[in-house]
Amino acid sequence: MDASRRDFLKVATVGGTAAALFGFDLKPAYAELRRLKIARASETRSTCPYCSVSCGVIIYTLGDGAKNVTKQVVHVEGDPDHPINRGTLCPKGASLQQDILNERRLLKPQVRRPGGTDWEDISWEQAIGEIAQKVKKTRDDTFIETDAAGNKVNRCESIAFTGGCTDTNEFNYLVVKAMRALGVVHIENQARV
Amino acid sequence: MSQATLRIQKISAHSGTVPGEDTQRQYQVCKLVDTTTCIGCKACEVACVEWNDMPFSPTAFGNTYQTMPETRWNYWNLILFNEHEREDGTLQWLMRKHQCMHCAEPGCLEACPADGAIVQYTNGIVDFQQANCIGCGYCITGCPFNIPKFNNVTKRMYKCSLCADRVSEGLEPACIKSCPTGCLHFGSKDDMTELAGIRAKQLRDHYGYDKAGVYDPPGVGGTGVIYVLHDATQPELYGGLPSNPSIPLAVKFWKHPLKWLGNIAMVGGLIGLFVHYLKFGPKAREEADLAPKGGA
Repeated sequence: MDASRRDFLKVATVGGTAAALFGFDLKPAYAELRRLKIARASETRSTCPYCSVSCGVIIYTLGDGAKNVTKQVVHVEGDPDHPINRGTLCPKGASLQQDILNERRLLKPQVRRPGGTDWEDISWEQAIGEIAQKVKKTRDDTFIETDAAGNKVNRCESIAFTGGCTDTNEFNYLVVKAMRALGVVHIENQARV
Repeated sequence: MSQATLRIQKISAHSGTVPGEDTQRQYQVCKLVDTTTCIGCKACEVACVEWNDMPFSPTAFGNTYQTMPETRWNYWNLILFNEHEREDGTLQWLMRKHQCMHCAEPGCLEACPADGAIVQYTNGIVDFQQANCIGCGYCITGCPFNIPKFNNVTKRMYKCSLCADRVSEGLEPACIKSCPTGCLHFGSKDDMTELAGIRAKQLRDHYGYDKAGVYDPPGVGGTGVIYVLHDATQPELYGGLPSNPSIPLAVKFWKHPLKWLGNIAMVGGLIGLFVHYLKFGPKAREEADLAPKGGA
């Protein structure tokens, strides 16, 4: 019989299908792996700010530090060389990246008035002004110069100061200096780290 | 790149050569979860979400401290808080880190019809390649641990990758590193099996857990995540851990005998057609067809 073009195409189709079905696949095996996101990151050692255990952490930052580059934190994890935690972290510490990158961070002062149900935004000037007036009034009204036994104490017991866990040492130093100057004795912050 | 250190051993629905198969033996990596020292702090959950840059989704409370009832496509690692009542009426908290078990014979890979959507590296990690995934969900059928999860937006499947990106560069998975009680361990399968055995013996001899043992089910060829359990005879207590998991029979049948029978039937039919053509030639035309068509 004559092998016409049509016959050739038929043979080729059938043969090709059979070859593909029974395992002649020339496509190379290939898998894409997510690259290590901290491979070119710079490592900065730091201390977890949350509690007094003071675990060591490494902050991974992308960007080589060239003049025109703004560095970007991409990851925070435990410092394996730190004697306290040896690389481990608690759930709060493991989420430290969100202490830095978080669209829900407060970036301006807010106030909730007595009896109010919502927080309202106020300007820094207004916040500092109002705090100053209230501190002055409260201190003038309640300042204790001498105790019952007649000893000179010069204290202001009706004001308390509470600091947050992510306050820096420098901030806490200034807080203590300022509050002691006012005679405030109830001072609490987390400057134990 | 990382492909130099992680070679592929098995590929789903692939008929060609597989570069790592029987040519390279890497040491098998393994996670060891000592459920007796887990305090349920969830550091591993947070570390997993943080490292893998997964988007936040609201948690859902049941009646326990568990973050959510089930793992999600963007939440690969979940501590199950199982409240178990002992025979004397006291309560025992059985916590288990629930994530992909990285089976040596993965049911998901077996069931997957998409070429290269699921791969197993020579170090034992089973990884999903979302670029090749067709979103059919057959892997859910194949998995005895209910791990693969579907993303409704990308229409792809997701699960724990055992931090293959970290492991390929010599780091441990993110969950292992974070664990503050040291209940999670990472290393070679041999070392982890030995460590698990020592711990189980310690629990039996000194802590009064007579039935303590290691969970490394042979039904799926052993797993890349092994557990030390207080009561190895009842793994079901730990949030429904199957006591003898295996690849479902339907998947095995569908992917092996039925596939070959179907191939033979189809190719046989084509060959039959061809032989018929050679023997009898093309279909003879009717007289009416031979008549000249008008207007041509």
